[in-house]
Amino acid sequence: MIVRILGDGQFDVAEADRAGLHALEEALDAAVEGDDEEVFAAALAAAVAEVRRVGTELPADSFTASDRVLPFDDATLAETKELLAGPGGDER
Amino acid sequence: MGVMKRMSGILQAKTNKLLDKAEDPRESLDLSYQKLLENLQKVRRSVADVTTAKKRIELQATQLQGQADKLQQQAKDALAQNREDLAREALARRAALAPQLAELQTQHQQVAAQEQKLIATAQNLQTQVDAFRTKKETMKATYTAAEAQTKIGEAVSGISESMGDAGMSVQRAQDKIDAMQARAGAMDELLASGALTDLTNPVDDIQTQLDQVSSSNTVDTELAALKAELGTAAPAQLGTAEPAPSPTESGEASA
Repeated sequence: MIVRILGDGQFDVAEADRAGLHALEEALDAAVEGDDEEVFAAALAAAVAEVRRVGTELPADSFTASDRVLPFDDATLAETKELLAGPGGDER
Repeated sequence: MGVMKRMSGILQAKTNKLLDKAEDPRESLDLSYQKLLENLQKVRRSVADVTTAKKRIELQATQLQGQADKLQQQAKDALAQNREDLAREALARRAALAPQLAELQTQHQQVAAQEQKLIATAQNLQTQVDAFRTKKETMKATYTAAEAQTKIGEAVSGISESMGDAGMSVQRAQDKIDAMQARAGAMDELLASGALTDLTNPVDDIQTQLDQVSSSNTVDTELAALKAELGTAAPAQLGTAEPAPSPTESGEASA
């Protein structure tokens, strides 16, 4: 599974590591539904760290589309919500 | 749908828009390449903007630090001439500069981090431009229009996604620079007015007292430190000491 971190790059996350990431993804989803910037920042930091830890960074010239995309590693909750409300982001 | 999947949808939506413009998928290769070049130029302009903003902050910090140093010297001079009131005033104003300097430092860190990220983005895009220039010609020569649909679609999706990423990075940097410029403008006015630092200017008495309340602890500590440095043990002994002429021009302080 290819995961992009906005403003950073793309990482290939192996099948075996997907479960761990999935749990963090769910925590991130819950944080976005919530209203707490600190909870969101912690959930985002954990997901970003996990992707960087288990993923293999793709070279810049790989021209591959990603399966998952993480916000900028220092994105705020407000910023992320705004992005998700934009074009292409409203389909749930 | 999860956040990460939705974010991917946002970038894909940008891809689709780009692909829709080309009738032959092979045309989308040239279109993508063109967009990639434009993107690279945008990111480079943005890097230049961030660097300019960083230099402006550095300049302001240097000015402020210079004024803080000047006030420190004025306090020293004033104390040497037994004008504790003036020394106190100078130290109070110096203390008032500290939060401004701290704010500039924070801004500088933010803008430097922003600059590093954009430089990395520009480097990645440059790598993609170089690689895609060759790859698109190979693909055009290899695939017929019918075959090209999938293969080229994949490559263009990938390219388009990183352009979407770069575009968002640039927009984000620009937003931050705009906010910073507004604050920098206010700081320039403050520096130009000299309100914070010019000891010869009579200042609003109430404001001075307010400032002193907030910074009195710092001032007392620094006053004690200065006294120790000058070897003036107690205020009572000041009168008996030889009146030492100030080694520097300190007309403002002695006036």
